[in-house]
Amino acid sequence: MNKTENNKAWFLVLPVFVLVAFSAVIPLMTVVNYSVQDIFDQNTAYFVGAEWFREVLRNEDLHDSLIRQFLYSFAVLAIEVPLGICVALVMPTKGKMASLCLILVAIPLLIPWNVVGTIWQVFGRADIGLFGAALNGMGIDYNYSANTGDAWATVLLMDVWHWTPLVALLCYSGLRAIPDAFYQAAEIDRASKWAVFRYIQLPRLKSVLVIGILLRFMDSFMIYTEPFVLTGGGPGNSTTFLSQTLTKMAIGQFDLGPAAAFSLVYFLIVLLVSWLFFTTISHMDKAK
Amino acid sequence: MAEIQLKALAHSYSASPQSPADYAIREMNHVWHQGGAYALLGPSGCGKSTLLNIISGLLQPSDGEILFDGVRVNELSPKERNIAQVFQFPVIYDSMSVYDNLAFPLRNAKMPEAKIHAKVSEVAEILELTPLLKNKAKNLTADEKQKISMGRGLVRDDVSAILFDEPLTVIDPHLKWKLRRKLKQIHEQFNLTMVYVTHDQLEASTFADKIAVMYGGQIVQFGTPRELFEVPNHTFVGYFIGSPGMNLIEVERAEGGVSFDGIHLPLSEKLNLFLADHPSNNIKVGIRPEFVHIWAEPSEDALLCDVTTCEDLGTYKILTMRLGQQNIKARLDEDQPIPNGKAYVSFPQQWLKVYVDEFLLEEEAL
Repeated sequence: MNKTENNKAWFLVLPVFVLVAFSAVIPLMTVVNYSVQDIFDQNTAYFVGAEWFREVLRNEDLHDSLIRQFLYSFAVLAIEVPLGICVALVMPTKGKMASLCLILVAIPLLIPWNVVGTIWQVFGRADIGLFGAALNGMGIDYNYSANTGDAWATVLLMDVWHWTPLVALLCYSGLRAIPDAFYQAAEIDRASKWAVFRYIQLPRLKSVLVIGILLRFMDSFMIYTEPFVLTGGGPGNSTTFLSQTLTKMAIGQFDLGPAAAFSLVYFLIVLLVSWLFFTTISHMDKAK
Repeated sequence: MAEIQLKALAHSYSASPQSPADYAIREMNHVWHQGGAYALLGPSGCGKSTLLNIISGLLQPSDGEILFDGVRVNELSPKERNIAQVFQFPVIYDSMSVYDNLAFPLRNAKMPEAKIHAKVSEVAEILELTPLLKNKAKNLTADEKQKISMGRGLVRDDVSAILFDEPLTVIDPHLKWKLRRKLKQIHEQFNLTMVYVTHDQLEASTFADKIAVMYGGQIVQFGTPRELFEVPNHTFVGYFIGSPGMNLIEVERAEGGVSFDGIHLPLSEKLNLFLADHPSNNIKVGIRPEFVHIWAEPSEDALLCDVTTCEDLGTYKILTMRLGQQNIKARLDEDQPIPNGKAYVSFPQQWLKVYVDEFLLEEEAL
């Protein structure tokens, strides 16, 4: 085939190029700029090379919050994905009840992050909160601002309450897309309930689950507002996750250089994990 | 293996049916004998699939009974009825290999793995799926997928019957013929009761020994392809079977026979007698285009008509003529001469059928 060379065609990609530049490349480059310099004021800046990177990679505080962060994201996924699937499976499929359930399930998704934090902050208080007071009334020593375990449980519970609906709604839509003939064929083939789930529903939920898991991983890995409002990262540093450590570093101590260096590392971790997950899944799909 | 009997069976999708029109299946009695190859033929929306789902147990009939070998099975699930069904669109379990797909019904029944292997290999051989056994079922073509769907029914050697719900809809024409042959062969080999739903008369007559024609929620005729052709029991059967369908003419009672547009058609003495027994004025006569006689010269009881069109369909020709206000079609063999402008037609008594209220007026029955 004959190809016509026309370099003006490159102008066609210009809009996208500009858009991506302003939305991603330029902000990111600003951070890169900070990460390789020690900046005192507008006129005084020293190039420090990889110094900040070396520093943040050795920083114990960051190591600890990175571990906490992975634990947290893992726990969130381990709870929300199976729970979301279960909720989607038991939701009614037809009639008024279906619409009602959809609305009820979707409500937590509409609440802003800091409001969620505040709700649980009050809800879980041992003195006036319904949840906290009830637990204490039953003789369970529950106090999220004093006990590490309670703080973790509350932060997790909050996230599960807030975001399981997302997984549930995604799965619900995935389940509705399965034609009736599949269930009929399974019935004819004498498949048990478990076999129907394992061989019909789960395989067909795969694509929505990939999206759900990616979204929940990225979001939970970047969580900031809710634990900040609820516990302020405490007790001690027990619920201080990466973004909060970073904020403390950047705004609290005004260590812009190390903070910028760490932002980049943080970004690369999210990117790397998501990419690994996605490629593994797509690779499994292609295998015969 | 079972004989399937439908007793006073009816089904309505609405909770409180008022009129017969609310019924998808109108009250019917019917028997499918063990080991028969049957077709259920009818236009879209006539209740074929509903009837099939009732037999398999996916749907509970609102009235009447289904008996398998004389035992009522209304309340039993498809699992307990032990029936296999193949759907219009191939259903495969896409996360499994072809082998696992075929083994699925057997594994669900907890059959030992060695026996499963033997059974799956046997069926795969018959369906020519052996080279594909290890492949993922997801990446196959539509006809291969449909073969897997059939295979899942065939691996179960204890099934009461296999039901097919228009299984060849999504298959390429040249493979349709092959799969149909395959089905016929399987039927001979396994001696299973098979019910095949279709709206294609050719498919029905090549597959089945006996065809049940459904219309408006009823089985209007149950018979061999030849019976359906020669003695249609209902005007719909006349119209639906055959290409082109039966010539149907609305007629009025007349002295010694019937008439339309001033043309008199004499009927046999017997038929006249029977006709007198029926008060209805909805009377039609029908004759197949194959049985209309065409003459170039006038003769006794031949009627003169105008030839309007002649379609040449290769091995035969369809002649359309105007008789009074009616269009009459006749089928001519390719070597028969085509009359020019005018033609004389006659309707042999033996092939002229009379329908009262759409049902055949039968000479032997009365």
